[in-house]
This record gives sequence, structure tokens and C-alpha cells, in this order.
Amino acid sequence: MSKVLMKGNEALGEAAIRAGCVHFFGYPITPQTEVPEYLVKRLPEVGGAFVQAESEVAAVNMIYGAAGVGVKVLTSSSSPGISLMAEGLSYIAACELPCVFINIMRAGPGLGGILPAQSDYWQATKGHGHGDYRIIVLAPSSVQESVNLMLLAFELAETYRIPAMICADGMIGQMMEPVEFPVEGRGAEMRDNDWALTGCEGRKRRIVNSLYLSPEELNAHNLKLKAKFDRIAAKECRFEIYGAQEGAEILVVAFGTMARICKSAIDEVNAEGGKVALFRPITLSPFPYDALRETIHALPEQGRIFDVEMSMGQMLEDVRLANEGAREIEFHGAAGGVVPSPDDVAARLEALASRRDRA
Amino acid sequence: MAETEVLMAGFGGQGMLLAGKILAHAAMDSGLEVSWLPSYGPEMRGGTANVIVRISAEPIASPLVSAPRNLIVMNLPSLEKFAATVKPGGVIVVNTSLIPKDPERPDCLVVKLDSRKLAKEAGSERAANFAMLGAFVGAVEPVSPGATEKAMEEEFQGPKAKFVPGNVAAFRAGLAVGKAAKQEAGAS
Repeated sequence: MSKVLMKGNEALGEAAIRAGCVHFFGYPITPQTEVPEYLVKRLPEVGGAFVQAESEVAAVNMIYGAAGVGVKVLTSSSSPGISLMAEGLSYIAACELPCVFINIMRAGPGLGGILPAQSDYWQATKGHGHGDYRIIVLAPSSVQESVNLMLLAFELAETYRIPAMICADGMIGQMMEPVEFPVEGRGAEMRDNDWALTGCEGRKRRIVNSLYLSPEELNAHNLKLKAKFDRIAAKECRFEIYGAQEGAEILVVAFGTMARICKSAIDEVNAEGGKVALFRPITLSPFPYDALRETIHALPEQGRIFDVEMSMGQMLEDVRLANEGAREIEFHGAAGGVVPSPDDVAARLEALASRRDRA
Repeated sequence: MAETEVLMAGFGGQGMLLAGKILAHAAMDSGLEVSWLPSYGPEMRGGTANVIVRISAEPIASPLVSAPRNLIVMNLPSLEKFAATVKPGGVIVVNTSLIPKDPERPDCLVVKLDSRKLAKEAGSERAANFAMLGAFVGAVEPVSPGATEKAMEEEFQGPKAKFVPGNVAAFRAGLAVGKAAKQEAGAS
């Protein structure tokens, strides 16, 4: 199939259909509204169901119900809306239900603003709802990667029976790039649904519930969830390394939109003889700690890590965990919808390089 | 043409985002990499709207640029905001229908056209944005004029197909202005 020019939000919607998802529940919020706008037109063409709920709280509980009967289901929102969905997400995670969330991040906290940000990193990776659970979080940095990761999100959600989230920002949602979709879409049927509520005539009934009044049973359930996420962390970490392949002296760590901006800055600095590489986590959860640690240890003793985010430094905490104090870490961040430019990043990189030369 | 980009700015409703989409579509059809990044924000009616289109033979790293190589401005606020940011040696296409002054950029090629008049003479007053796009394509050649016209045909289909002839005519009128400005700059 040839390429088509699409907004990130629209491409995410189409990719979900190609992944076999024909059920969407959501509530409008800028800057992700093109996702439901696209799907409300497209889903009837493929025999799907689109419901605009009365609120995000209602939408997430519709996701809970649809996922419980074993169909592929999607919702989409932006930062404040994801906060409202947090309770439902905890219930869904507790019940081990596969489903996919999209967060097209905007600037916070509070109602904040509608411009792009990465300040939901903590929310996405460390906690939305209460309790001991983790979900899979994927961070695309282009429209094409949004499509690829949407297909992967449904695949992983189904394989591990776990919610997955696409965590992008307003810039990726709003920009257009050429994209290609897989020729053959995936089927709407789950590979196995021997846990789903499909009507119990002729078989033992199944229950989807997150209430465990016995502490021993609930402890065992938490241990099971933990073991499952450990398996995911061992197998499903994804990342990209860009820039100086050998002898890098500065390692930039950035994800999503910020990583792309950093690539331009790195190209500029490396063209002038700089030795800068980029480590871009694609799975924010599980975070690729081991791969980042290995990349950090390949830096010279005086090498530096430069973490750049559209936040006040959220992923920075995971970078520190991977670094374990091995190298010095510098940080550059902006929030509120301010997006650091390639020149901002290049200027910091040049300053870091010259400080190293003096040392 | 290894890599270029253009910042296209005007009032909301003047069609800069759409003209940018046509350019992006033409680049895609020409086998090039392209990104189309709009400003989006709490804009009011009559407020400003702009888009950055980057075109390259290689994958595009940042869709955002610190200083654009080229600029198309439909209105005075856009000229005042962006003219100083253009890289030296770039092209600035100025809509004289609404902009009474020149950009103070002797280091850039300034292409001036009364886009509304040109578009009206070409048969479609509403196609002023495509006259501006034509002038840019004529002066910079990021894509071929033929690819741009084909992209218009592909974007305007069904009930919108009736706009194609007027849009193409306005585009060609602008193209001639852009080509002439480039030749003149080359000769001097």
C-alpha cells in the first residue's frame, strides 16, 4: 500500500482498526479529539461501535466492561482526562484485562494548557490508580511509529492480559507525516478468551472482579501481577540508539517528540566534530534500565549524560536508577507547552562538550 | 534539493495550513520525507495560524526548527513576527495585498506578490493561498510544479473537485512570479 498523509491522532485511530479493534469509548479533549473524530466516521464502516460517553469516568468503565467480555477495545484522552480514568484503570489492571489507552499529553498540572508536554511520565509509568500494578507504556516519536506501536500495544495487551498505553504528546497528535499501514489487518477475535464473560450456558461461570477480602489471596494475586510484569520487563523492553555509534562522550536521553528534536541538535553538533549519541526509550514501562546502563558504561569516565524532557525532570529519575551514580547527569527541561528547540539543545550540548575539554 | 523547510503564516482562514498540506502531499508523492507541523493553541477567529513544512530526502529528525530557511507570510503580524527568524540566504514570499511594507532582509530573496489580485485574475479570489504557494515553488523548487498540481487534484475530490481549476490557475500565476524573481536574483 502506498503512503498517505495523516495526522498522528488520525493515524492512531486507523492503526487501532488495523489491529482488529472495533470498539471505542471516549470523551473529547484537546489535543486528542481527532482520534474520536476519525473513529466516529470510520468505525461504522467496519461494523464497529463508537460511544461518546458522558465523561471520562463513564468511558473508562465502558472499557472495563468491553474488555471483560473479551473484545479488543480502545479509549483515548489527554492528561486531565487520563487522571479521571485512573480509578477505572486500577480496576482493569487488577482484573488483568487487555485494552489500550491513548494519552496525547498536554501541559499540566491541573487543567493546565492544551500545548504539548511530557509531564505525564510519572502518571503513565508509576501510577494512575491506586494499588500495586504496572501497565505497558509505549512512546512513539513519529506518526509512522504511532501506527507501529498501536499494533504492538494490542498485541502485547492480548499476549499478557494487561492494559497498554500509547503515551504521545500534542505535537505528534497534531502533526502530519506520510504513513504506511500493514496490508493485512489483524482479526477482531482474541487468540484465547477462556477468561472472558461470554455467557456461561453449558460451562462453569467466570467472574471478573477485583475484590479480594482474604489478605492471603490478595497477596498471592499481587505476587502474580508482579511476576507477570517481571516477565514483560525481561522480554519487551524497546529502545533506539542514534548518533555517534562509537566513542560517544555525551549520551542524550530523551523520548517521543523531545528525542526527535534532540536528533536534529545531535546531527548539528556531530557535524562539527562532536561525539554525541542518543538513547531513546520506546517502552517507558517497562523502562529499558539494563540497555541504558550498558550504554552509559560504554561512555568514558568523564563522559556525561544529558537528559532532556518536556517536563521538570520525570524520566530523569529512571535515568538515575539506570546510571547508579556511574556518570554525571545534566538536565534540560521545559514545561507548560514550551518545547525546547534544536538550537536550545545544541547550545547546551556545545557547552557540555567545552566544559569537558577544559577538564 | 537535499533538505528545506518553509514556515507559512497568516490569519486563520487564509489557507496557509491547507497550502502547506498540498506542499507536503506533493513532497510525499515525489518520494521525499516530509513533516507538517501546525501551530495549535487557543486561537481566536482572525488570530494567526502557521505551519512548518520540512522536506528532505532523508528521514526528518525534528519537525520543529529554530530558524526556517524560507517563509511565506500572508499578513503583517506574521511578517513582523517571523521575518527576522529566517536563515540568511532564504526566500521570503510576501503578500502585498495585506502587507504594506518590505521585510528588512537584504540577505534574503524577497518575492512580493499581490496574491488576492493575481488569484482574482486567475478566476478564484479565494485561491490567494495557492498563488503564494506557487511563488514559493517557483522560487525554491522544493517539489515540481506538476507534483503540486497533482496533489491539489488528489486533495480536492468529490464536491471539492470544482475548486481545482481556479486553484491551479492561481498557483500558476504565483509560480510565474516566483520563477521571475529567482531568475532576476540569479542574473544580478
